[in-house]
Amino acid sequence: MNSITPAKVPNKPSLPAAVPYRVVRPELELESIERELAKTHLPECVGGKSIVMASDVTKSYRRSKTVVPVLKGVDFNAERGKITAIVGQSGSGKSTLLHLLGTLDRPDSGEIHFDGERTDNLPARKRDAFRNKKLGMIFQFYHLLPELTLLENVIAPAMIGQSIVSYFRNRSSIIQRAKSLTEMVGLSHRLHHKPCELSGGEMQRTAIARALITDPKLLLADEPTGNLDQESGQSILQLMRDLNRDTGLTIVMVTHDENIAQQCDALVRLKGGKVERIK
Amino acid sequence: MYKLLLCWRYLKTRWIALASIVSVTLGVATLIVVNSVMDGFTSQMQDRMHGILSDLVVETRGTSGISEPNWYIDRIRARLGNSVEGVTTVVTLPAMMTFHHNGSAHTQQINLIGIDQKTYASVSDFSKYLIHPDNQSQLDFKLKQSGYAPEREALQPAGWEYRNRVEQLKKERLSELEKYRLLQEKIAAEQRNQQSNPLNENNNGTRSLETNGANSQSESLPTKQTEPNSIDSMLAGPRIPTMQLGGGGGRVFDASKEQRTGIVLGIGIGSVRGRDLAGKVKDYFFIRPGDDVNVAFPNAGTPPRAIDEMFTVVDFYESKMSEYDATFAFVPIEALQRTRGMIDPMSNVGAVTSIQIKLKKGSDLASARDALRDEFPPAESYVQVNSWRDTQGPLLAAVQMETTILNVLLFMIIAVAGFGILATFFMIVVEKTRDIGVLKSLGAPGSGIASIFLGYGVLLGSVGSGAGVICGLLFVWKINEIARILEWFTGREVFDPTVYYFDSIPTIIHPFTIVWVSIGAVLIAIMASVLPSIRAARMHPVEALRYE
Repeated sequence: MNSITPAKVPNKPSLPAAVPYRVVRPELELESIERELAKTHLPECVGGKSIVMASDVTKSYRRSKTVVPVLKGVDFNAERGKITAIVGQSGSGKSTLLHLLGTLDRPDSGEIHFDGERTDNLPARKRDAFRNKKLGMIFQFYHLLPELTLLENVIAPAMIGQSIVSYFRNRSSIIQRAKSLTEMVGLSHRLHHKPCELSGGEMQRTAIARALITDPKLLLADEPTGNLDQESGQSILQLMRDLNRDTGLTIVMVTHDENIAQQCDALVRLKGGKVERIK
Repeated sequence: MYKLLLCWRYLKTRWIALASIVSVTLGVATLIVVNSVMDGFTSQMQDRMHGILSDLVVETRGTSGISEPNWYIDRIRARLGNSVEGVTTVVTLPAMMTFHHNGSAHTQQINLIGIDQKTYASVSDFSKYLIHPDNQSQLDFKLKQSGYAPEREALQPAGWEYRNRVEQLKKERLSELEKYRLLQEKIAAEQRNQQSNPLNENNNGTRSLETNGANSQSESLPTKQTEPNSIDSMLAGPRIPTMQLGGGGGRVFDASKEQRTGIVLGIGIGSVRGRDLAGKVKDYFFIRPGDDVNVAFPNAGTPPRAIDEMFTVVDFYESKMSEYDATFAFVPIEALQRTRGMIDPMSNVGAVTSIQIKLKKGSDLASARDALRDEFPPAESYVQVNSWRDTQGPLLAAVQMETTILNVLLFMIIAVAGFGILATFFMIVVEKTRDIGVLKSLGAPGSGIASIFLGYGVLLGSVGSGAGVICGLLFVWKINEIARILEWFTGREVFDPTVYYFDSIPTIIHPFTIVWVSIGAVLIAIMASVLPSIRAARMHPVEALRYE
């Protein structure tokens, strides 16, 4: 299970081995990633239809001595500018797949490409930088930092991605962007409130604003409406759809709500560790 | 940036973590208090030890002493060159002092030190410990009229005032006795007259009186009145007038106008310190400036014989080192040299038993001592060279040891506090698992997560040791008031003035001590936060996000 199976993507030239770790500053690393990427891009991927794709991905969890396979060779791709929903029963591996796409975890075998770049075998530091710059993530339980105010939560990814010096240099533009984002999600009047003073819907809106602060290409949503009532869930969904329509943001959403899933552009179902494409 | 923001927010919101650093605060405060008191104590002790002792002593054990001190002094100056601040010669002897108190004689062992009062002040702080202010500037071994520490009621009266009063009383007493004697003589004469006249009625009563009177007369006559002349008259008889003319030898010593050779006694020789019924510390003086004492000491001959001489107490000195105050007595060196026969009749140079040297400030004591030891090798010369630190070495070493052990023990306390921080930090990391997962999902690297908690540890350590420094300094600043409260609380004296001679607790704050104590405490806090930080950094983002 440990050996990485060779790439199965057709016409894909073999990527160079991971760039050796050199620089500490994530923003520099990202540039180097982009440079490498420019040399080795996959024509049908970069600027092509799919922004993120998983090929023959397996993942299993080890629980004491027994190995529980979750994903048994999953092929998945999300098309640029579309909303893709992943549905499936509890424990079917929806969240696991999402985490793999978001480089929070590594597959046991198989490959994951983002915008033509292989992400599953990047060193930890590059994956961190990649997550910070290229991805936005929202969760069922919002996962805001309770010690920070709404505004601070929104600008947290920008702070993480920059050194202190560059943060202070760009501070005003970052705060400007954070304010416009919070205005977009309709929370500009609560900038200095702590998360515990917000409702569930407001927290999820904040999480969306936070996910968008670094202007990512892809938004990964893990049951974004799972913890909300019908009305707030619907408004969150509407917000995401507006974002998709207005800015062309690609969204991959895990949900167990068939109703929501049917409203998406594409729909896949995880079952028995395999993906079946529904729409 | 997020690291600073988050550790600042954690510091502001997690008050429980501050509780874990209270022990750091206490440890730091205690260390500062203990160090400053120990430093104050040691420096006072050193001052006092050093106050009487000069830096270096070249001494001999021979009773006849060094017979050519100037040759030694020249060689010392040549060897040590510019670093010599002052040199003086001293005669040191074991001696026995006898004084009269409440009508009985008391004998006490003392160290008799003959000093050259012109140069002795240049090698030690001796004069600043003298009681009389005039003697503090220049000691002249003359009894002063009065003014011996007027603030000490127990010492009053002293000086000529006291001596004259004693003499006055003695004279009154003697004249009363004289009157009594004359009265008795008169009665005896009357009785003799009456015996020739048998008609007297009170015959029996007056007879008994007569016998008593005769006894007292026979006792008081030779001692009180005719003593100065009786030996002369017995030995020389008619030749007295010629002797008086020749040397004035037979002159009567008038204690109310003259003093004998001056002696400066340690205050512990002449007084005891105790408490009265109310518990107040009180001195009781049984010798005062103005009293005469008799001192017996060996002469310089072989074998030595005891000789004795009368001295008049002219001052006390109080170094507050009980060892010195209870044994040392200072007299002029010429007096000792003359009486002991230490003056070479040919060259007229007096022998000494030790040469004391004071070095200039900043000179290296040990190397100067070694140079002198090299100059006067023990195999060839019969002098020994010691520094004051050698003399008081064991005591100084013991105090040093005590300080070191206290420091080690107190740092152990801070180390224990470190384990408290470790435990608290592990709890906080566990509590913050989800936040760690969130930060990782937002792209924070493990090193960033670790530095949040490390920075938190640094902040906590700084707050703890900063508070400790402030508490410690306040404690030291108000230490006497606190000691008084403690005394009232425990009913026990913290520094017993009858033992320590301190009117207040001595403290010295070295900025360096504060710096190293706070750095040490912060280091311990950092070390305690390393393990939890590593744990936080290594957390798997997915597991952390799932953590409930």
